[in-house]
Amino acid sequence: MGYIGEIFVMAMTAIFIQNFVLARFLGLCPYLGVSKKLDSAFGMGMAVVFVMTMASAFTFVIYKYLLVPYNLLYLQTIAFILTIAALVQFVEMVIQKNAPALYKSLGVYLPLITTNCAVLGVAILNTKAMRTDGITAYNFLDAVLNGFFSGVGFTFVLLAMAGIRERLEFVDMPKSMRGMPIALILAGIMALAFYGFMGFKI
Amino acid sequence: MNFIKELSKGIVKENPIFVIVLGLCPTLAVTTSVDNGLGMGLAATFVLICSNIIISLIKDITPVKIRIPIYIVVIAAFVSIVDMAMAAYVPGLHKALGLFIPLIVVNCIILGRAEAFASKNSMMDSLADGIGMGLGFTLSLVIIASIREILGNGTWLKIAVMPKTYEPMLVAILAPGAFITLGFLMALMNMMKEKK
Repeated sequence: MGYIGEIFVMAMTAIFIQNFVLARFLGLCPYLGVSKKLDSAFGMGMAVVFVMTMASAFTFVIYKYLLVPYNLLYLQTIAFILTIAALVQFVEMVIQKNAPALYKSLGVYLPLITTNCAVLGVAILNTKAMRTDGITAYNFLDAVLNGFFSGVGFTFVLLAMAGIRERLEFVDMPKSMRGMPIALILAGIMALAFYGFMGFKI
Repeated sequence: MNFIKELSKGIVKENPIFVIVLGLCPTLAVTTSVDNGLGMGLAATFVLICSNIIISLIKDITPVKIRIPIYIVVIAAFVSIVDMAMAAYVPGLHKALGLFIPLIVVNCIILGRAEAFASKNSMMDSLADGIGMGLGFTLSLVIIASIREILGNGTWLKIAVMPKTYEPMLVAILAPGAFITLGFLMALMNMMKEKK
């Protein structure tokens, strides 16, 4: 299988088979918190894709060329979270300066992303992930692509959730089920549907 | 007296999971069995207590503008300690919790308490708050994990509690079961609140 095949497998795994939200339980706070309206879900999704791709690139370089050669692996958690926090802050400033329109739509979601565990999660997973042959560790491009596809997977379920929740507004249901409980049960049913993908062996 | 009040509020009245709804990722991911839930709860409690103490001690010298990065560094330091200590003393549990130990850093409960409580209150109150919130978190994890382990595996803390004829509901310990269990528990909490 060539490299294109490898990328395809990675994309399918990140988006469907091992979906970050529904199979790995990462990034649940924004998934339940920002999925009430479709357009804010879209803004959040785009911001997450962007930050996850950038964070994968930066943390991978730090891991490979700083932590591993100097035997500093015990600093991994601190180094990664600081990188992500700085990156988010930096991205926020750049967007605010150069693309005010984009900032208006993404701005409020950016600070929230620092504490989105999907971003730190993908950074840590990238350091351990293996290609399909099971022996080759991820290289730089693999890590960046994995970050990107994981972000896409997150956005995909976030949008699906927001679409359903917008309609749930008008449904007649017991008062105690409104809000968070029904959102969680909905997430459970979606996770059940995504379980169907798990059987696929690519 | 104040100490007791700060300590007890985290357990029921301001329970981090059922009432404030923070820190859901580890809640759902590690509650496949009671011992995993208990381990995660205690690890997070340790980090919460230590970071609350340190943050309340440095609150007067922390510049307001960069307080969040400072809190994160303090929290990350304690998470690294827990991570390494667990790898050394309880390797089995460390392996079962896996990714979710380093992810305690971004657990919203810990940063949330640092920002909302420890940065404004004295050390003793922050200590009580940390213990209370930590216990509330652990208790919630144990409740969810108990339901999932009993339904999904027929056991509690690895001891068989269901009759031999019981067919385990596998879905309860898989990912969908986590969402559905928590959803129904929250609906139950809402129902009890309405009745009051």
